[in-house]
Amino acid sequence: MRAMVYRGPYRVAVEDKPDPVIEHPNDAIVRVELAAICGSDLHLYHGLLPDTRIGHTFGHEFIGRVEQVGSSVQNVKPGDRVMVPFHISCGTCFFCSRGLLSNCHNVNANATAAGAIYGYSHTAGGYDGGQAELVRVPFADVGPMIIPDWLHDEDALMLTDAFATGYFGAQLGDVAEGDTVVVLGAGPVGLAAARSAWLLGAGRVIVVDHVDHRLRKAAEFAYAETYNFTQYPDIVALLKETTGHLGADVVIDAVGAEADGSLLQHITGAKLKLQGGSPVALNWAIDAARKGGNISVLGAYGPIFSAVKFGDAVNKGLTIRANQAPVRRQWPRLLEHIRAGHISPRDMISHRIPLEDIAEGYHLMSTKLDDCTKVVLTPPAA
Amino acid sequence: MPYTADRPDPAPSAEELRRRIPGWGADLDPADRPSYPKERDDVVTGAHWVLPERQQEREPRERSIEHGMLTPVFGTAQPLHGPAGAIRRYAYERYSEARAAHWLLLMLGDRVDSALSGLQAVPSRGPAALVGGTGLIKQLRSGRMLQPRDPRRADNAHVWMDPLVLAAPWLAGAWITWRVVRGVRRRR
Repeated sequence: MRAMVYRGPYRVAVEDKPDPVIEHPNDAIVRVELAAICGSDLHLYHGLLPDTRIGHTFGHEFIGRVEQVGSSVQNVKPGDRVMVPFHISCGTCFFCSRGLLSNCHNVNANATAAGAIYGYSHTAGGYDGGQAELVRVPFADVGPMIIPDWLHDEDALMLTDAFATGYFGAQLGDVAEGDTVVVLGAGPVGLAAARSAWLLGAGRVIVVDHVDHRLRKAAEFAYAETYNFTQYPDIVALLKETTGHLGADVVIDAVGAEADGSLLQHITGAKLKLQGGSPVALNWAIDAARKGGNISVLGAYGPIFSAVKFGDAVNKGLTIRANQAPVRRQWPRLLEHIRAGHISPRDMISHRIPLEDIAEGYHLMSTKLDDCTKVVLTPPAA
Repeated sequence: MPYTADRPDPAPSAEELRRRIPGWGADLDPADRPSYPKERDDVVTGAHWVLPERQQEREPRERSIEHGMLTPVFGTAQPLHGPAGAIRRYAYERYSEARAAHWLLLMLGDRVDSALSGLQAVPSRGPAALVGGTGLIKQLRSGRMLQPRDPRRADNAHVWMDPLVLAAPWLAGAWITWRVVRGVRRRR
């Protein structure tokens, strides 16, 4: 099969690889019809996540057609078109049985601090991902869902991670009616979080980024007030001023490990990898939240330490909540929202390219050139 | 004016927000949100087993020492091999995830893996093997190469560092080789 292959930091290609095979009775092999590049794939692309092996195939956002199933699979069959959550879940471990489907303990041999994610290094389990023609889907009775006939394929794709994660993040923030919500980062997850904050009853939604076209998207897609932090001497002071000097009720970090805004943090975190990422957004979240406020962390950080201003979080009595989104828990409600016309996740997509152009896709996504927000890939056989 | 008990930035009315924002307040009730409460035992997972069957371990599979056993299902992509594999295996066998050494060794394994795979590809693909896959060559050929200081680039503040990040392992390798060769010559 043709598949995206990691060759080292900043270097990806599409190469021939052996087809995946059934390795467990509840595996399925899915022929990918659409995949996407996630902002968090850039952390892998830039060599930031430990144990990212040469030859690894990235991609945790994909939909496709079931090609083959293991002997114990009951809920899907060959020919079914399925959307697959970005995380792998067994459905019965201590965590899955409590609804923490993204924190499954039975699928990631390499780490207990993370569940398993398709194509997200061996730190996340060592499973090849969906930026390929075929992908192995473990626990096929738990993760995949048959795509409803009425659902647009690109909406289904956006629900496999980006939109579901943003929606989950707004819930982590415990948004209450009338709350002022600040979202740091106007990438796809930030856009989804901002849009979702309104569903939860926010009274005001503010999005901060430094890429103008993404801020324009935040205004159109998420009806948000926007600020480009490079145009203000101190974005936190500005956020305080615009909230009557109290701070926001809820701040959502939708940036993660490669945040700009502090060159020192960026160099030590994203370039030299001396931190688990550049925690600029997290520090701004702590500073910009009101006392007693909530912080929701969706941004992906590496597993080593980061220079976070924890003292301020304590002194302000903040509640900090974080997790990878348990995607399937979000789907029934998100499908209702799509059907009711409340949301249109596919409007986040900016680029549709063949899988063979993967290197350019990553380059575009990394530099945000050409007004790039979200790249969707089509494998040759799809 | 001193701060008061009132919100300094009151929100528009629910009616106005409903008019302006499609779906505003559809999930207003916190108890009726998909992720509330965080832990709940009524999530239908589709699993029809109590204990999942075990995947066959065809070759020794590394695992975190914080696990009591090899997980019943595991990824089989890119098994450990070569010098990078030895470094990674040592990181897994010796250190828990709580130790910085665990992660820093894994990062070292990544760099060794990257350097060796680049060198191995040179005989078949030429020096381009060391830089291919960045997307730059395609952009150069397509005539759409954008200047490193293109004001539209989001990474202008630190893009100059990327060649250093890419070159650092090679420079370090060249420096170590030079030191070793020089040391051997002096001993003679």
